[in-house]
Amino acid sequence: MASLKLFLLGIVICFGNPAAGTEADLSVAYQKIASGKRPQIKKALKIIVENRAGEYAGVLIALKESRLYFRDGVLLIRDNQGYHPWPAEMTAPEGKPRRIRINNSLRRSLNRTLGFLQIYSPDPALRLEAIRLLGSPRDPVVRRNLREVLEKEEDADVRHALEKSLAMVDLDSDDSMDQLAALQVLARTGGQDAFIRLKQMQRSADTDPLLLPDLNRALQKIDMRIFLAKFLANTAYGISLGSIMLMVSLGLAITFGLMGIINMAHGEMIMIGAYTTYVVQTIFSATLPGYLDYYIWLALPASFLVAFLVGIVIELLVIRHLYGRPLETLLATWGLSLILIQTVRMIFGAQNVEVASPSWLNGGWEIMDGLVLPFSRSFAVGVSIIVVLFVWWAMTRTSLGLRVRAIQMNRDMARCVGVDARRVDLLTFGFGSGLAGLAGVILSQIGNVGPELGQGYIIDSFMVVVVGGVGNVLGTVLGATGLGVFNKYLEPFTGAVFGKILILGLIILFIQRRPQGLFAIKGRSIET
Amino acid sequence: MKPEALTPETGTRDRLLLIGFALILLVLVPALNQLVDAGSAFHVSDFAVNVMGKFICYGVVALGIEMIWGLTGILSLGQGVFFAMGGYLMGMHLMRNIGTQGVYASELPDFMVFLDWKELPWYWHGFDSFTFTMLVLLVLPTVFAGLFGWFAFRSGIKGVYFSIITQALTFALMLLFFRNDTGFGGNNGMTDFKTLLGMTLQSSDTRIILYMASGVLLLAVMLLCRWVRASRAGRLLKAIRDAEDRLRSSGYNPVSYKTFIFALAALISACAGALYVPQVGIINPTELAPAQSIEMVIWVAVGGRGSLWGALTGAIFVNSVKSLFTGWYPEAWLYVLGGLFVVTTLYLQSGIIGLLSRPLRRLKGESS
Repeated sequence: MASLKLFLLGIVICFGNPAAGTEADLSVAYQKIASGKRPQIKKALKIIVENRAGEYAGVLIALKESRLYFRDGVLLIRDNQGYHPWPAEMTAPEGKPRRIRINNSLRRSLNRTLGFLQIYSPDPALRLEAIRLLGSPRDPVVRRNLREVLEKEEDADVRHALEKSLAMVDLDSDDSMDQLAALQVLARTGGQDAFIRLKQMQRSADTDPLLLPDLNRALQKIDMRIFLAKFLANTAYGISLGSIMLMVSLGLAITFGLMGIINMAHGEMIMIGAYTTYVVQTIFSATLPGYLDYYIWLALPASFLVAFLVGIVIELLVIRHLYGRPLETLLATWGLSLILIQTVRMIFGAQNVEVASPSWLNGGWEIMDGLVLPFSRSFAVGVSIIVVLFVWWAMTRTSLGLRVRAIQMNRDMARCVGVDARRVDLLTFGFGSGLAGLAGVILSQIGNVGPELGQGYIIDSFMVVVVGGVGNVLGTVLGATGLGVFNKYLEPFTGAVFGKILILGLIILFIQRRPQGLFAIKGRSIET
Repeated sequence: MKPEALTPETGTRDRLLLIGFALILLVLVPALNQLVDAGSAFHVSDFAVNVMGKFICYGVVALGIEMIWGLTGILSLGQGVFFAMGGYLMGMHLMRNIGTQGVYASELPDFMVFLDWKELPWYWHGFDSFTFTMLVLLVLPTVFAGLFGWFAFRSGIKGVYFSIITQALTFALMLLFFRNDTGFGGNNGMTDFKTLLGMTLQSSDTRIILYMASGVLLLAVMLLCRWVRASRAGRLLKAIRDAEDRLRSSGYNPVSYKTFIFALAALISACAGALYVPQVGIINPTELAPAQSIEMVIWVAVGGRGSLWGALTGAIFVNSVKSLFTGWYPEAWLYVLGGLFVVTTLYLQSGIIGLLSRPLRRLKGESS
């Protein structure tokens, strides 16, 4: 959305004087669009391309977003305020305008046309986006224009993408010199799509045998690049998965690791955090629609607070009475998780609710072909780094942290020197729950939000805590990222399910060697 | 905190209870079903027999859980795995019994035809034979649990760590069985069974026979459990629950005892699962859901941990309440179940049996 608006600005700069097209042609195009018939609109798109009629971009975007209407040969764009005739100097017709409906085929044509228009934008990012929208165009008019653009193009990324897009079509050329040139370009630039295409050529009998050496070389080079991209992508996704697991298990590491409490309702704290995000978002869109993009900054503290309070209530009502009986705590908190799930189901319904990410979290950061880092995932990594630092600080540099660790090491002795164990327990449990709430915000940006959201994470997060060793923030960090990255490396070979089973098996073997996890706190008691 | 057996498992009163229970289970109910006229108020319908047969299977599972959790103090959240294992083994035999009467009239089970498999996977061979199936049923769960338990206990995994590891195992197996490629029917599982040992499963005679078989299994497991509890090993298991370190210091190795009881509980669960499947007519991976296994534990907690009668009562009570609620007010069931978890752990540590025996003792003038 934002990029399209920016692009409109670009169009105005480029096409301040839409003299490129003839008035007559474009008025035909206008009439064709205003007929509301899809085949006519497609013809209109052709005219617009031939004339490079950038002033039509706004209309086409409205069409793509189903905001374009027509009545009596006049086009109208609808926005929050109502219908506006286009161009603005036209008078609005009487009666209710009809919406122009589009189908997938028309949507594709629209994307291509918009891409073509956008290629003249002064912003390199928009030009890149345009090439992506265009795909590999076969239309000779478009190709001629693209070649012209390529000659003048200065931005390396755009040149790269443009060359690749042209070369993909040149492969089909009758002239083997063109084909050879295309192969050389693709050897430098090609990705997965080029690889598949070249493989087909390699097998096809129609391929000129003289091309084969170059073809094979190109394939080899592309293959290397794809492998590298996959490896990096797996690492990146592994880290992002790890950071999510870290967020999910950090709270657990505190309640389980430091307090010895098995909180089976931990997953539901995550779920409550996610639903709080949903509520905050709903309140924003009702009262402050202009600031909707920033709701997440309120959702983070709100989710922490709500989960914190729910945690406090649970501690007071149930957990307080079960200290020293971990198995009973496990059962009681499982019961609580059922009650929480059902309560959320009663309030919000059993269906998933929709949490829309702020627009600045949409899209991603393309590092290389086949390797895109979505902003939402990078955001998750960023938040988890901050939260880990915060937890580390809270545990080692604050007096609450000191008390928590004192109680963990020797509860009776800590109480003897005046630590209010009950109050510390209460706050620690609340803190752990609050961290789960934060994880909920992150998960709401990445996946679906439903009443059973937390259930899927509880076992994974216990695994992280078991591997990382109890009572150690560093252990949890390494356990989570390690499992995340390992998981992603395994997945392509074993599939997600076998990967999980394999990891479980490895964890059991791992515990044989290090029963206390990666980082055990050394103690002298027999009962560990 | 560590509940003692509230009803003694020896003595005349208990023996009389057991004999009375056996008579009701194996004589009275079948007689009321077979001999009493369908119109009579005393008639037990086929449907009721079927439901009772199911509940008895749950009761058998609960006895296994009582042995490992109540007696030994190990909370296994993986009993559903063994229940499902028994169920799947029986399911495989029943699938083979369908023969060519399936929808696709093929030698292969329907779901394999559907997946376009050409021949039976190697691990399906032999399940045509009932004897072979029974043999695998006795060996596989025991060996699997034995190995898993031995590795886990040997490395000193105990308490909540063991619970979590068994829960993770359950979860992983559920994922595995949800896949079509695993070869056990994917998420649809196995169903549409026709015959067992030549008897039509739908017929009322077969139902009563399966019910009787469940009853016999229950009594046999009950006797076996009582015998183990009264034995020297039983006392050691109880010692593991109460003071494992002291036991180790006295020169015993708890690992083998714990492995033994884990394998025994697994075998008991698997037998229950094998009798459960022909009575409900379906087995699918939902039996492997972690929630299922943890629900089994709550049967024992509700009934009264520390007593075999308690475990049995709990399984039947919770499941009766469950069928009542899911028919009548399904939204409330999760509240009831969740509430049961919380209330029993907080306030009712000796369960229903504890509630019942308190007034009994007062009557007899004992001080508790």
